[in-house]
Amino acid sequence: MTDSSTAQSTAVDFSPYLTIAKKIGGGLMMLVLTFIGLTAITFVIGRIMPNDPVVAIVGDRASKEVYEAMYLQLGLDKPIWQQYLIFLGNILQGDFGNSVMTTRPVIEDIKRFFPATLELATIATIVGIIIGIPAGVLAAVRQGKLIDHIVRIVGLLGHSIPIFWLGMVALLIFYAKLDWVAGPGRIDFFYDGIVDPVTGVILIDSALAGEWDVFHNAVSHIILPASMLAIYSLAYISRMTRSFMLDQLNQEYVLTARVKGLNEGAVIWHHAFRNVLVQLITIIGLTYASLLEGSVLTETVFAWPGIGQYITNSLFNADMNAVIGGTLVVGISFVFINMMSDMLYRIVDPRAK
Amino acid sequence: MKTFSTLKSMSLAALLATSVAFPVMAATPADTFVIARNTADAITLDPAECFEFTGSRIVANLYERLFMFEPDNLTKLVGGIAESYEFAEDGKSITVKLRPGLTFHSGNPVTANDVAYSLSRAVKLDKTPAFIIKQIGWTADNVDSAVTAVDDGTVKIDILADLSPALVLNLLSSSVASIVDMKEVQKHEVDGDMGYAWLKDHSAGSGPYKLKTWKANELVMLDAFSDYRHGEPAMKRVVIRHVAEPSAQRLLLEKGDVDAAMELTSDQLKGLDGNADVAAQQYPKGYLMYLATNMDHPVLSKPEVREALNYIVDYKGMTDTILDGQYKIHQSFWPSGMWAASLDTPYSYNLDKAKALMADAGVEPGTKITIDTLNKSPFKEVAQNVQAALKEVGIDSEIILSDGKTLWPKYRARKHELIVARWGPDYSDPHSNADAFAHNPDNRFEAKLTGKLTWRNAWDASGLTELTNQAAAESDPEKREAIYAELQQKVREDSPFTIMFQAIGTFGQRANVDGFINGVTSDQAYYRTVTKN
Repeated sequence: MTDSSTAQSTAVDFSPYLTIAKKIGGGLMMLVLTFIGLTAITFVIGRIMPNDPVVAIVGDRASKEVYEAMYLQLGLDKPIWQQYLIFLGNILQGDFGNSVMTTRPVIEDIKRFFPATLELATIATIVGIIIGIPAGVLAAVRQGKLIDHIVRIVGLLGHSIPIFWLGMVALLIFYAKLDWVAGPGRIDFFYDGIVDPVTGVILIDSALAGEWDVFHNAVSHIILPASMLAIYSLAYISRMTRSFMLDQLNQEYVLTARVKGLNEGAVIWHHAFRNVLVQLITIIGLTYASLLEGSVLTETVFAWPGIGQYITNSLFNADMNAVIGGTLVVGISFVFINMMSDMLYRIVDPRAK
Repeated sequence: MKTFSTLKSMSLAALLATSVAFPVMAATPADTFVIARNTADAITLDPAECFEFTGSRIVANLYERLFMFEPDNLTKLVGGIAESYEFAEDGKSITVKLRPGLTFHSGNPVTANDVAYSLSRAVKLDKTPAFIIKQIGWTADNVDSAVTAVDDGTVKIDILADLSPALVLNLLSSSVASIVDMKEVQKHEVDGDMGYAWLKDHSAGSGPYKLKTWKANELVMLDAFSDYRHGEPAMKRVVIRHVAEPSAQRLLLEKGDVDAAMELTSDQLKGLDGNADVAAQQYPKGYLMYLATNMDHPVLSKPEVREALNYIVDYKGMTDTILDGQYKIHQSFWPSGMWAASLDTPYSYNLDKAKALMADAGVEPGTKITIDTLNKSPFKEVAQNVQAALKEVGIDSEIILSDGKTLWPKYRARKHELIVARWGPDYSDPHSNADAFAHNPDNRFEAKLTGKLTWRNAWDASGLTELTNQAAAESDPEKREAIYAELQQKVREDSPFTIMFQAIGTFGQRANVDGFINGVTSDQAYYRTVTKN
């Protein structure tokens, strides 16, 4: 006993660490490849757009000399592959160039607009999880009963009602008529600038600063737009939970557990739900990523200064640096979330290792 | 059972968490004027560069020019930094005395050097609106000697082109001629850029407001300037909130979270009728909607056909229906609300007369043409209306809808046949539009005078080019006005243009707001006159 245990402790088995290292390495490799692909695609789209980036900066009545000077300054005379390499090099140094619209470095704009979207999407996803998962489980357990019909109908509506329209109706009822929440915008203007941005997420920044008036106002503003997006996320999450759960409840091991006399709660949560959770991780990751992609319509209806509105306005102003920077950041966060949910999946489900 | 009660209470808690009522502050502070507007077009607040609607309105409140319109009379240049001016006998220079004691927001005095620097800066930066003052004959090389400080309070301005004094004054009243604080701007100069990078989102003016914050796509905040020459404005702060969606603007207005909403649709304005707290406001806008024929077209170029087009437009029918509240009938190239505008509207819908004219021209029934227009309301509806009337007089037309990025290049390349288009003046002088509608020094295709509508429609402007030059150079205001009247009449009677409508600006305003004045051009938006009861 003593000998064998000593022998085991001296010969450390590195293989699990190696596997994890390989996974992480593989993931990073994927991220790099995706990054190159994304930059190449956004760059090419930026260049073949019918908008003239020079005109966007100098205006269409500028003299020929001014136009040409800007053309050279932007490096548009160089071959396209060279332009791409310069562009890539700049991005790796965190330089997306300046935005025509806001005149500031695009990276600064992204730091301001992305947290607003992040705030909205995160809350919407959390609400989606908190309501969607129990609702889906309940619907599956009570299949064919009233609660199941309700969850299914809500799921269907949440997926098919245009958020644009629903947002307007919600504003009309909860803001205009009932006065329960604040209207469009991220914060009332008289609270603007009171809290210094630390994370860029007003809810966190105001709480950190102990400015509870500002916090309260920000909560009041975010409730409606977050709820709109939450309806979308909870509709999807509840629908998928229900379907996964039904799958599990029909498995033999559930029957065995019941026969063994386990109480229903333990059967559902400890056995069936654990398996569902694994599948749900991917679904939640996808939902979160799609909300981060910029919910342009929600942001427009609620005058929410997020990345979706930023990219759209930049497109209208032919502000290509901003479009490329914004698209790239959204794309990278999409890849990142997928990678995270993939890793989480491996941790939760031992079989996936 | 325990499982379900846990689930139920969790769901209930989550529902409650998302629907807790938060009492909300309504009504804006008494000394703050809050406007909801789509500000997505704003890309700069530097007066030397700004040419967008939102930006121009803000710049007009941050800066002053030598000559300005005062809100009580938007057709007469009286205000500004200039106290008095005198033209040289040959009309080739102006000596301007500045008002004494004026200061910039920084506290620096407004001097003749600031004026010389500002005008020279705009010409040298050569951004989009620079063409306006470059018409005075100024270039980057000569502007420093053309605009000089005689002493601290006197500027001498040389006019290097053949222009009427009145036109020069109007050009100097445009946004691009705003006077900036030279010392302040030079403090922020980077690599000899004359403060270009800094002034995009900062202000250095002497206007009634100074820029506090500009967050693109969020808000613009202005603070009142206590030493303004007319005294500190009643509204200590003006906030322009970026709200892109008109329905959201309306809700904010009705709730009292904003005092004015600038982009309400006519339906929404009608919907406000029963609400005593808000009111719809109108003002004339400079945009004209017109029909134009390409003179290279064998049928459309015939004088009788062009005359017939004046009678196929259902002016009243359209303003009563599809254009209700958005446009009014206007048939001259210079919009009403401006000095020297002709208000005559001799044409009306008369298909019999149009048919007779078409017959005189020998137009074969079933002749085919195309109508180009913008792919949006109300342009496409107007084009459909014209199409229906053309059908009645024997012309089959096809409507081609495009967005601006496709339509305008086609128009500038003279590739259209009939077009329903729009035009707005660049500055407050009839020369701005006369130059477009009545002036064509070279009608050859190679001349590429794409900025002129005459050239775009291949019309040599039949003797009107000289008359336009004459009007631009005329120094007697009465004679000048008479020439513009003649020009407008001649273009109306014999040109490729059927000018149909002038746009009406509409916005919603809280009932307790008074004195918010909007003129024909973007830079006639006055916040300093606003008061609240």
